[in-house]
Amino acid sequence: MMNNLIILPIIIPLITGMVMVIFRKNIKLHKILSLTALSASGIIAALLMGENKIDGIQTLNLGGWEPPFGVSMVADMFSSMLLLITSIVSLCCLLYAFRSIGQERESHYFYPLFLFLITGVNGSFITGDLFNLFVCFEVMLISSYVLISLGGTKVQLRESIKYVLTNIVSSFLFLVAIAYIYAITGTLNFAHLSLRVAETGQSGLLTIVSILLLVIFSLKAALFLFFWLPGSYSAPPTAVAAVFAALLTKVGIYAIFRLFTLVFYHEPQVTHLLIGILGAATMIMGAIGAVAHWDIKNILAYNVIIGVGFIIAGLASFSIEGITGSVYYIIHDIIVKALIFLLGGTIISLTGTGKLKDMSGLIRNHPYLGWMFFIAALSLAGIPPLSGFLGKVFITHGTFEAGYYWLGGIGLMTSLMALYSVIKIFMNCFWGETYLSEEMESGTTKGVMVPIACLSLLTILLGLGAEGISVYTDLAVKTLMNPELYIHAVFEGRTAP
Amino acid sequence: MKEPNDIILHAVIKVAVVIIFTFSINLFFSGHHNPGGGFIGGLGFSAALTLLFLAFDIETVRQNIPVDFKVLTAIGVLIAVFTGVGGIVFGAPFLTQAFNYFDIPVFGKTELATAVLFDIGVAMAVIGTSMSIILSIGDDH
Repeated sequence: MMNNLIILPIIIPLITGMVMVIFRKNIKLHKILSLTALSASGIIAALLMGENKIDGIQTLNLGGWEPPFGVSMVADMFSSMLLLITSIVSLCCLLYAFRSIGQERESHYFYPLFLFLITGVNGSFITGDLFNLFVCFEVMLISSYVLISLGGTKVQLRESIKYVLTNIVSSFLFLVAIAYIYAITGTLNFAHLSLRVAETGQSGLLTIVSILLLVIFSLKAALFLFFWLPGSYSAPPTAVAAVFAALLTKVGIYAIFRLFTLVFYHEPQVTHLLIGILGAATMIMGAIGAVAHWDIKNILAYNVIIGVGFIIAGLASFSIEGITGSVYYIIHDIIVKALIFLLGGTIISLTGTGKLKDMSGLIRNHPYLGWMFFIAALSLAGIPPLSGFLGKVFITHGTFEAGYYWLGGIGLMTSLMALYSVIKIFMNCFWGETYLSEEMESGTTKGVMVPIACLSLLTILLGLGAEGISVYTDLAVKTLMNPELYIHAVFEGRTAP
Repeated sequence: MKEPNDIILHAVIKVAVVIIFTFSINLFFSGHHNPGGGFIGGLGFSAALTLLFLAFDIETVRQNIPVDFKVLTAIGVLIAVFTGVGGIVFGAPFLTQAFNYFDIPVFGKTELATAVLFDIGVAMAVIGTSMSIILSIGDDH
């Protein structure tokens, strides 16, 4: 189905961002335009989900060039869901940024950069072409380079150098891998690649290249290669860190899912087992980091890493149950990571420190903040009826079904460690004696509670209404597990050359 | 300090810049069917601008070419994207291009294509980006 709606989530943020660059001085216009753009792309994502439900996968061949010759954009249910959740979460982070980001950053293109970041994220979710995926990754990364260093504090500059160097190396490897893939198969279109790989069989060479791609996406998704993450995610201001934590790693995860369900699914005993081992190692190391640290930002950053490992465990099981769990969990994780980063940032702005031992008794003056943190912590650990529960159940079930008992076991164990690490924050920050009176606080919760409350409500609703969204997740899993549906949609029934 | 004697540099660059401008415009238009196009044409154009900045100081050139290159980039990208949106308006896929042959006085039968508009956008974006990069590195204020 040719559908021009698909391109709008990319071009709306791009156009509004560019308009903002032209009217640089008018910050009020920036705020209005960025709100409108993100709401519009959210509405379009919702429309796309509706069309996915009725008509199946939507495609668009840019410029009318038929695949595999042109660039095709493909929105299946998985992509559309991610688009919608991206819009909602980035909208909340934007609202938080309105109150907290400060005039200096605002006048240095904060809002346009934020929108370009979303352009890249949205583009990565709906592209149907490996090279175009690279381009969208770059759009996203270059915006993130600027966002991470914008403001120019000492810690930001130190961390952004590491972040930029790591990502440049991985982008370079990405190009090399694309060249290998093109040399071996002669195509870069996902659907065409899938066909070619299925026709010729996934030879050893292709498996090696797929593992190279896995390494590259692991760097971006913080799967096992997460050495850059705790530092870079604790450097930028809260609103930016929350968007990074919620979305950037998920784009890498999405790419791994797309490739290893659509193209390289013929040798699961090699690739998917490796993915499982990487996931397990990620979860263990992330959990150790989260338990060991006594600084809010570091604990939260290590929790991002645990989440990545857990989502990937569902893919490693490569069963319907496991993938269903991953789809649930990726949505939950985007929401709850944004939520907990916003909460953590608010606590730090109140107390003026990130060290747990230097704070206590915040609940007396900030009961709502405290209870929302509690909800977020429980949701993160997967306590029913919050949104993390269902994903955990399905992923664990999936891994057991696939015979990877060790993987499921590690998943459960690290969930407990994650729960301990966030409850540690809750107890140290909110319990105990109150020695910060409201006048002595270095920040305020005024105005920032709205986005936090929205996200908390969302995680509760997503948990209670899991039955309601199961129609959508089932469709997403169906297209992920049946590559021929994707191929058929892209080629519209024609035979591929 | 005495002013450096750069009269030869000035004289040569004034001529060279005109040649480079012409060449880059030629590259730009030849890109429609042959190697060339908005990207490489824009780069050639900004090479000429860089030469101007090198030979004369930044203030002088800024006075004579009062363009904010960041805004130029944004306008370029907008032109390119809106050419693509044109396809949507006419019910075709995004980025679809159209062309036709027209009889224009002096030129005779000429091909006019919307792809050229897209390329103009690309050229402006390239000029704007490369000049902003060069100026922000070269400007030490």
